Amino acid sequence: MSIKIIKNKCTGCGLCIKACPFGAISMQDKKAVIDIAKCTLCGACVQVCKFNAIEISRQQKKQQKGLEEYKGVWVFAEQRSGKISSVVFELLNKAQQLAKDLNTYVGAVLLGYNIKEKAGELIQRGAQKVFVTDMLQLKEYTAENYSNAIVKLIKKYKPEIFLAGATSCGRSLVSRIAVNLYAGLTADCTGLDIDPKEKILIQTRPAFGGNIMAQIVSPDNRPQMATVRHKVMQEAEIIPDARGEIIEENLTGEIIDNRVKFIKFIEEITSTVNLAEANIIVSGGRGLQGPENFKILKELAETLDAAIGASRAAVDSGWIPYSHQVGQTGRTVCPKVYFACGISGQIQHLVGMQSSKIIVAINKDPSAPIFKVANYGLVGDLFEIVPLLTKKFKEIRK
Amino acid sequence: MFDYGFTEEEKMIKDLCRQIAEEKIRPHSQEWDEKEELPENILKTFAESDLFSICIPEQYGGMGGGLVDLCIATEEISRIDGGVAASYAASFLGMFPILLFGTEEQKKKYLPEIASGKKLAAFALTEPEAGSDAAAVTTRAEKKGDKYILNGLKHFITNGGDAEIYTIIALTNKNKGPRGISAFIVEKGTKGFSFGKKEEKLGIRASSTRELIFEDMQVPKENLLGGKEGSGFIVTMRTFDQSRPGVAAQAVGIAQGALELAVSYAHNRMQFGQKISSFQGIQWMLADMAAKTEAARALVYSVARAVDRGEKNIGPASAAAKLIASDTAMQVATDAVQIFGGYGYMKDYPVEKFMRDAKITQIYEGTNQIQKIVIALDLIKRYGK
Amino acid sequence: MNIIVCIKQVPDTTDVKINPETNTLIREGVESIINPFDMYAIEEAVRLKERFSGTTTVITMGPPQADFALREAISLGIDQAVHLSDRSFAGSDTWATSYILSQAIKKIKDFDLIICGKQASDGDTAQVGPGIAAHLNLPQATYVRKIDKIETKGAKQTILVERLVEDGFEIVEIEMPCLITVVKEINEPRMPSLRGKMKAKKAQIPVWGKTEIGADSSKLGIEGSPTHVVKIFTPPQKQGGVVLEGEPEEITEKFVNDFKQYL
Repeated sequence: MSIKIIKNKCTGCGLCIKACPFGAISMQDKKAVIDIAKCTLCGACVQVCKFNAIEISRQQKKQQKGLEEYKGVWVFAEQRSGKISSVVFELLNKAQQLAKDLNTYVGAVLLGYNIKEKAGELIQRGAQKVFVTDMLQLKEYTAENYSNAIVKLIKKYKPEIFLAGATSCGRSLVSRIAVNLYAGLTADCTGLDIDPKEKILIQTRPAFGGNIMAQIVSPDNRPQMATVRHKVMQEAEIIPDARGEIIEENLTGEIIDNRVKFIKFIEEITSTVNLAEANIIVSGGRGLQGPENFKILKELAETLDAAIGASRAAVDSGWIPYSHQVGQTGRTVCPKVYFACGISGQIQHLVGMQSSKIIVAINKDPSAPIFKVANYGLVGDLFEIVPLLTKKFKEIRK
Repeated sequence: MFDYGFTEEEKMIKDLCRQIAEEKIRPHSQEWDEKEELPENILKTFAESDLFSICIPEQYGGMGGGLVDLCIATEEISRIDGGVAASYAASFLGMFPILLFGTEEQKKKYLPEIASGKKLAAFALTEPEAGSDAAAVTTRAEKKGDKYILNGLKHFITNGGDAEIYTIIALTNKNKGPRGISAFIVEKGTKGFSFGKKEEKLGIRASSTRELIFEDMQVPKENLLGGKEGSGFIVTMRTFDQSRPGVAAQAVGIAQGALELAVSYAHNRMQFGQKISSFQGIQWMLADMAAKTEAARALVYSVARAVDRGEKNIGPASAAAKLIASDTAMQVATDAVQIFGGYGYMKDYPVEKFMRDAKITQIYEGTNQIQKIVIALDLIKRYGK
Repeated sequence: MNIIVCIKQVPDTTDVKINPETNTLIREGVESIINPFDMYAIEEAVRLKERFSGTTTVITMGPPQADFALREAISLGIDQAVHLSDRSFAGSDTWATSYILSQAIKKIKDFDLIICGKQASDGDTAQVGPGIAAHLNLPQATYVRKIDKIETKGAKQTILVERLVEDGFEIVEIEMPCLITVVKEINEPRMPSLRGKMKAKKAQIPVWGKTEIGADSSKLGIEGSPTHVVKIFTPPQKQGGVVLEGEPEEITEKFVNDFKQYL
């Protein structure tokens, strides 16, 4: 692999310098020069060069053998205590589109204990085949046991695409699987499409906190794996009389890793609705002035069935637990509606929430950066505005 | 800032102190000032980062190095918060007498605890009737067997109550004048040692200032500093020679902090449709502030270097550094408030605090009038023929 | 207890600005820092060492300038560092990166615990930690917010941790050696110390390339990476939002009327 500037074609126009997201190109003697240490070979410069002066050459890669044997678009059916996570239904919807483009089937992988009856739910949401492994040792999720089981299933049934939610469970699990299978894995995708010519999966994901987007492929390895951001895609509709096949796969104890013991799960009651699942999030920042004032946000949140979020400033001041923090050192969220109350909009906060579909900012400083990303900006005192919103939404809800 | 030829180690101290001040002090500065408190956390951070170990020789658990190091650290902390810097530097004021005059046993016992930051130190000279006139102390120390019994009162003691180790100046023989005073090392918790009220201050409010009360306080004779009576006055004078450049560095830091605030404000404040930094009147003020601050800094570091080189008779130069730097701090901070205009007078903006903090540097460790006497007496001695 | 901490040098996002005209990142003058999450990993390692003694080692894969990140880790209390740098590593995706790191860890050999930050702030994948665990066939706990206990059970040593999940936390016990990734909540990183900074300045940091770590060349860099980037583009800019100014009653009324369609 290499990247090079063809000197006699380069005119020193500098377009590539502007295009490079990694700051790897500079101009020396009116010719572009690439700093290999910084270059990631992303190809952004090749795309913008009007003179075909940049070339990325790839050695012919060793393709995995028998790629054509891989068929089917699989979805990991994440569940806790028998409740299937809503991200799974979103994935099943996407999987149906992908399967149609590839002319193949939609599969779901369901692991757990006394879980088989849940397969029907997946079929109603569009899974044509559900691969179920029902085992006491799989009752609770552990990355080791689950990845061992899924590796076995993938080796046996050879799906060409494998999707999971970009959740704390999905992200930790799928990376182990990808390493074991030498498969390509893209994290936290917000878009998935099939390349009509190559018939491969094009995975789109935000980078640098959503400021740029990258499209990623894994053409030579199977399955093509991706974790997908929650709440970006629509849930598959329920088709009550849908039919599908349930394939029970009994695995032996060899998939069990005794080095890990799940002890227990403790639900944190401070948040009425969790941030990842919430359709609406009401967040507060330094403008709240003190912990007691989260009360007025809570009233709005209850009216809208929303979760409570917070900026780092509010968390660091000890006003609200860390589990509520949105932003670079907290959680990345992408609800349908995000209310930012008294949050100025530091870049570290924006990267955690700017992919929300609708952003409503309430701040008394009209020059606050949060207004730049907001769909609706309300300039004023949040202590007046938020209670008014609560009142008005209550009237509508009635 | 000019290049003062700082060594790699000195630059390291500067970078580290700036980082700590920016990340750990700046966000809380206003709150600590308002509440008049210095959370233990920040002292713990200083300790963990080895900031109490500078100036103390390696054989006593320190990092070696000298007064320049202490001035760098003090300046950087003061650039953000003169009050936190006061507590920090006051611990060195309590430490210097032990380092300069302590017996080997005393150094071995106390310096490592101070260097590691386990124990904060303080220096106790001032009394209600003995401020600038240091020889007028009335706290008495009477020898009884192998103990001294101390009675009296000290006030305006920086770190009073927070410090664990105190160097206390007391009268051992009232007939001998300045030669009748001695210094003692006393630990907090000694029987008969208590604290009076915490003072409410105009500035440096994060640091605590308290009364120390001695009622038949028994101090073992091993804690007589240097093991001999009558050295109290010379201990005090030599300690101040060492510590005054530190106060001067504190003043330079306050001036620098105020200057930076003023420049930033002037560059953002719009009046008559333009940035006020584009007005020559403002530019001249800023230029004067910067030039004076730099002049003060140059003096402070050259005096500190001279001390580190071991030069004798450093008193007058040390006094001059404190005089010039503290007057500069007061003037620069006042001008900074002026540039902020009405906003500068409000507590919502940080600049008024610099003006309040600056004032003490003209007063403590010898008022500026005392510094002038030190300088003048030296002049007369040298040229008054 | 011997601990290995894996860190990454990333651009400081507090400095990253967007050019409003082209909507691209302005990277000029952007400083490189240790990935913020890795600071918690470093701190946790130093705290564990203070409790249980042993050696802490920090490793990173990256260009020559990543040396600064390793020295900063030493100034924060880490004992020693190894720098993985080789032109053949360039362009590695998370698969190849975790392979390279795991090869280096195999060479270091003597360890009880590997600690990583939960994810890097520039890539946000959270894949490298579990990837290393998979390459080394080690058990893992991700998103750890607290280490409750480390104990010896017969010949085995176990670690009891709390891992943060979306709606609460899980308590998991894993056998060492193992890998954990940590979140911000686990500790408050300390400042560097002067002694640490002196040590960092003098430290000899070995640079290991593909030969030193005994890596299979076909698994490195862009050739060894199953994924590759085909296109980078800037997302369509958000449509200009509506900014409402005026009397609270008035603007909230206007907003709610327009907004209720989304409820």
